[in-house]
Amino acid sequence: MAKKITIALAGNPNSGKTTVFNNLTGQHRHIGNYPGVTVEKIEGRLNYNGYQIRVIDLPGTYSLTAHSIDEIIARNFVLEEKPDVVINIIDASNLERNLYLTTQFMELGVPLVLVLNMYDVAQKHGVTVNEQRFSELLGNPVVFSVATKKERMHAFLDAAIDLVEGKNIFAKTSIGYGADIQAELKKIEDVLVQDKLILEKYPSSWLAIKLLEKDDEVLRKIKKSKYADEVLEQSEQSIQYLEGIFNDTPEAIIADGRYGFISGACSEAVGLNYELRHSVSDKIDGFLINKFLGLPIFLGLMWIVFKLTFTVSIPLMNLIESGVGGVAALVGSLFPAETALKSLIVDGVISGVGSVLVFLPIILIVFLAMAFLEGSGYMARAAFIMDRLMHKIGLHGRSFIPMLLGFGCNVPAIMAARSIEDKKDRMVTILVNSFMSCGARLPVYALFIAAFFPQDMAGNVLFSLYLLGMLVAVLIAKLFRKYLFRGEAAPFVMELPPYRMPTVKSILIHMWDKAAMYLKKAGTIIFAGCVIVWFLSNYPQDVSYSRNYDALLQSQKGYIEQIVELEKQREAEKLKKSYAGSLGRLTVPIFRPLGFGDWRLSVALISGIVGKEIVVGTLGTLYAVGDDSAALGRALRNIERTDGSKLFTPLVAYSFMVFVLLYIPCMATIAVIKQETNSWLWALFAVFYTTGVAWVASFVIYQGGRLIGFQ
Amino acid sequence: MADALMPLFNVPEGKEVTVTEIGGGQALRRRLTAMGLNEGVKLKVLHSHGRGACVILVQNTRLMLGHGMAHKIMVKG
Repeated sequence: MAKKITIALAGNPNSGKTTVFNNLTGQHRHIGNYPGVTVEKIEGRLNYNGYQIRVIDLPGTYSLTAHSIDEIIARNFVLEEKPDVVINIIDASNLERNLYLTTQFMELGVPLVLVLNMYDVAQKHGVTVNEQRFSELLGNPVVFSVATKKERMHAFLDAAIDLVEGKNIFAKTSIGYGADIQAELKKIEDVLVQDKLILEKYPSSWLAIKLLEKDDEVLRKIKKSKYADEVLEQSEQSIQYLEGIFNDTPEAIIADGRYGFISGACSEAVGLNYELRHSVSDKIDGFLINKFLGLPIFLGLMWIVFKLTFTVSIPLMNLIESGVGGVAALVGSLFPAETALKSLIVDGVISGVGSVLVFLPIILIVFLAMAFLEGSGYMARAAFIMDRLMHKIGLHGRSFIPMLLGFGCNVPAIMAARSIEDKKDRMVTILVNSFMSCGARLPVYALFIAAFFPQDMAGNVLFSLYLLGMLVAVLIAKLFRKYLFRGEAAPFVMELPPYRMPTVKSILIHMWDKAAMYLKKAGTIIFAGCVIVWFLSNYPQDVSYSRNYDALLQSQKGYIEQIVELEKQREAEKLKKSYAGSLGRLTVPIFRPLGFGDWRLSVALISGIVGKEIVVGTLGTLYAVGDDSAALGRALRNIERTDGSKLFTPLVAYSFMVFVLLYIPCMATIAVIKQETNSWLWALFAVFYTTGVAWVASFVIYQGGRLIGFQ
Repeated sequence: MADALMPLFNVPEGKEVTVTEIGGGQALRRRLTAMGLNEGVKLKVLHSHGRGACVILVQNTRLMLGHGMAHKIMVKG
């Protein structure tokens, strides 16, 4: 029987941790510096030297404080699941900064192997390390590796197994924060010792340090202790005393102690010979984040991403749609008669699956581009370029790309918001994203603009809608930042990784991960939603029609045109008498103040929840014109109010388009909001507040328009 | 005036300076410390877009500081 052990991989972002993970487990993962990406627990397995090793890829962090979710995840895993060994991956060309995290693992007292990764690059930069001496100074085995070339992967596994077996153990070294801090730490520990319960889980020396640092999580844990009062009194006293003599927070002094320890060890065992010279990355940055060239280059790249996404994905989406249509027709032909079961399978299930699948091409292609931009290191630069503009609406540069992607499709756009590290920023970016007018709304605009606006105004009307969406997004983002997600924006500091060519495999894996997540998490919600809307528009089944369609159809046998006409009318009447139709009539009063109080428009808006382009299809069914858009335009122009006046004027049409632009996001968007916020509450919130915003905007436009003299 | 204190956003591109103070609350200081930038550390300004964000080189790491961060960091030349 193989012995089972668990090792955790920890390290800074960009330290090559993911590459090491992929090398060890053979399961390739995305390589990039998205802080959010590894928030999911990534696990792999391998067999080595008679051991069955479970490998956990912890989120990349710079530190182990309680101030970011990634850090809390990494630290709690180590504390609570107690892996047999923590393998700390260190970028050898950035030793001092990377070792800062190491010192915090040392404080935790976990079995540690230090892997100096990218050692080849470091050597080129003039770094030479005495492995043995460095191990002694740091009190933990130090191993070199070059993960990108799969070099020396076994060396650190051997070191890890040695630790597990109790071989080659270095004497622990202590970090040394200075006599004053040490003395206070000792005092706190002496009080802590009474609480045997908490010491079973956490080392007392670590708790003492965290108490001096006023670590929120540890404070919370201590408050539950029987000895809470005593411990807190002592730590408060110590903090005050230390602040008195240092004129600074103990947290800062402890940080200095760690860096002091690091530079001590480095000065003894590391030959540093590097000078600050222009690397290739700096030369590229000279263009890409140039004060004048940076923005145009970025916008150009984004234009290419967009162009690529749509030229490639739209034909694919059409292909999926016609494929699904084909399957529906084929399955439909297997049923001898129009039964409820046939309708459920063909119109409910198959088209529901189609609604899920149709987003796949765009998700795959958007994340192909995103994975390339991230993996190459450009994404961090894009955030830098856009930071100034985004700052004005209270967000960071990271939020720009998700907002921009929203113009294509809100589904991948909201998924892309995962790259935003700060939770508040991410929430705001997700919640306002649906105001960015996506491609599915275009058919609605096209129909109404063609029907109610002169040709020479069409462009301006269309543009104004997109602009309005952006303005609303900016306004709501500001409001949310001010009232809903309050508090100072988290400091926005980000590492710019060196440029590198992402591997094809890493990009494909990233694409697949996103697609799989979408299918698994959002897919089921979208599917369920489609079936519900199908039910609403197809039931009750036993409609009492105003005319005997069956007999009429029978009498018109042979006259194709008449039959088609009759079929359309029957469809229209069926929808009218369905639950959706009733709901439409019920909601008419809500829309009357907006200018479009007509039950058919209400029904179209309800069905538009599945996808906004469906508004057009539903109107086509309700006016019994099928998919003839010119006929639909005429039908819309002819709708009359009860007093005989025409319902639609350009003002009403505009009000309607604004409502379609802003109201409830489509089912797929709601589903990814649930997926990305991990909360139904936020998804429901998005549904209601966007609809509220849409109502207010349309109201203002319609009533305001009338006040200033439009019809 | 070579050694005068000034906020980081005032430092011209290409110049090397030493950090003397990180203001703006614990959050920024904590984060920068973890990323290798604390008081006394030398850095070089690689890109600075006026009062906006800037990119600095600390040892071998390029850090981007978002809008407003550079106001809170005092350096001397």
